[in-house]
Amino acid sequence: MTVRRIMGVETEYGISVPGHPTANPMLLSGAVVTAYAQVHGLRTGRGRWDYADEAPLRDARGFEMSRMMADPSQLTDEDPTMANVVLTNGARLYVDHAHPEYSSPEVTSPRAAVTWDRAGEVLGAQIVDLLAQDPGAPAINLYKNNTDGKGASYGTHENYLMRRSTPFGRIARDLIPFFVVRQLICGAGRVGIGQDSRTAGFQISQRADFFEVEVGLETTLKRPIVNTRDEPHAEADRFRRLHVIIGDAVHFDVAGLLRVGTTSLVLGMIEAGVLPDLTLRRPVGTLHEISHDPTLRRLVELADGRRMRALDLLWVYHDAAAAYLARDGGSPDADTAEVMTWWAQILTRLGEDPMSCAAEIDWVAKLRLLEGYRDRDGLGWGDARLAAVDLQFADVRPSKGLAHRLRAMGRVHELVPEADVLAAVTNPPEDTRAYFRGRCLDRFGQQVVAASWDSVVFEVPGDPVLRRVPMLDPRRGTKEQVGALVDTAAGVAELLAGLAS
Amino acid sequence: MSSQEQSRPTKREGDPVEPPPPAAPAGAARREAMSDDIDAVLDEIDGVLESNAEEFVRGFVQKGGQ
Repeated sequence: MTVRRIMGVETEYGISVPGHPTANPMLLSGAVVTAYAQVHGLRTGRGRWDYADEAPLRDARGFEMSRMMADPSQLTDEDPTMANVVLTNGARLYVDHAHPEYSSPEVTSPRAAVTWDRAGEVLGAQIVDLLAQDPGAPAINLYKNNTDGKGASYGTHENYLMRRSTPFGRIARDLIPFFVVRQLICGAGRVGIGQDSRTAGFQISQRADFFEVEVGLETTLKRPIVNTRDEPHAEADRFRRLHVIIGDAVHFDVAGLLRVGTTSLVLGMIEAGVLPDLTLRRPVGTLHEISHDPTLRRLVELADGRRMRALDLLWVYHDAAAAYLARDGGSPDADTAEVMTWWAQILTRLGEDPMSCAAEIDWVAKLRLLEGYRDRDGLGWGDARLAAVDLQFADVRPSKGLAHRLRAMGRVHELVPEADVLAAVTNPPEDTRAYFRGRCLDRFGQQVVAASWDSVVFEVPGDPVLRRVPMLDPRRGTKEQVGALVDTAAGVAELLAGLAS
Repeated sequence: MSSQEQSRPTKREGDPVEPPPPAAPAGAARREAMSDDIDAVLDEIDGVLESNAEEFVRGFVQKGGQ
């Protein structure tokens, strides 16, 4: 078993113009996308999205929802005139409903997921900067968080490629308990309890209170712990793309590594069918209760009557992974070893003293700041200053964002050096099809008419027909396979001829 | 796996598949270094915090997303 698999992280950023709370967020989001595209010569009319293979209403349980029955917000493949651009790092930047969304390129390791996720935030800060220099543009700011604290939530989604042969029922059974307690190692922390923060206090997760059912297709209402959207963006008979909507946007490297790393290992065990039945008696209620208990003392109750701390349930998953890896024999690869080491270390430290994880886990760092203010200034949980700290924690600007300030002060354990993150803003990962997508945008951007996760459509000078290059295998189109060709082809015609030979 | 085992996380030390720990300061040393300077952190953050917290929080209104 390995932690390595095709994965990616999408983030819808909070967007606001200080002093103008009613500004139209769709127009603002469009301004964000087009500002970046214009500066980098990535015209939104070019390099736009190829919707041919999108199917947001296809359900992993084996049916398709009628478009008439769907909430308009579920129709994510409509309105291709909306601002949208594919970037040279292989990512997609576009307007999703009322938020700018950065969808990272496909990567193969948790460390790379952290790298290209942070690259998206750097990109966000660059755009805020661009707009600030334009006297005609509104003073837009972006926030890498998941709720406004007033009842609205917007997502950070993870995607994992899985074998189609794994029964969906088993995925749901084994993932739900894990997702209920996973927040301990990758929650972002939040001031306010309840969707609209009606109760003063702190909770571990930004998203927990917005989840209302166990399994379902929706992502904007009645949010499910396990989402059934089934758009593989790959060969549908071999693969499914597990679309995970329950996570928080995080800023800290270790939390980001554990979020996708532990999940990938749990998926590996689900595919192998080696996990015991850990079904919880009340998953949704328990999800909320765990989030509301930063002391980590509350017990979760399993359907079979066992009761244990959330941490202990995470240890069960950890120990199962360790045992399964040991059964493989040999030593795990470096990515897997790194995740297992941090997993054990963070669980151990959370068990001894949660505050000892303030350099690794967002919710702990945020809580430590908030408790510091409460102690120093005698603030109650309902004080607006604490809610402001919560929001400003997620400000993408290095000069203002509190997560960035903590990093600058050396209070964040860094796994990925800043230089790697900056390189990832423009460069694609080298070991997936994102390499081909990103490099084509960089070298032949003017001839790329459209692109998507699994295709690039070219306009060949002198040829009346558009040429669509399908990329249904996420592992094809790597630097090793096409790097020399993309680098040396004099034009698109030569590139396409080289691909065909 | 018994529940007794699950409540004793320190058993991990002998875990055969556990690779060497990452190059991070040991837990106790780190905690000590971090506990005495929260005030220094707050002082620095005071300098960048939005000046009118109430207005800032009230003005941060989002539409729901996915």
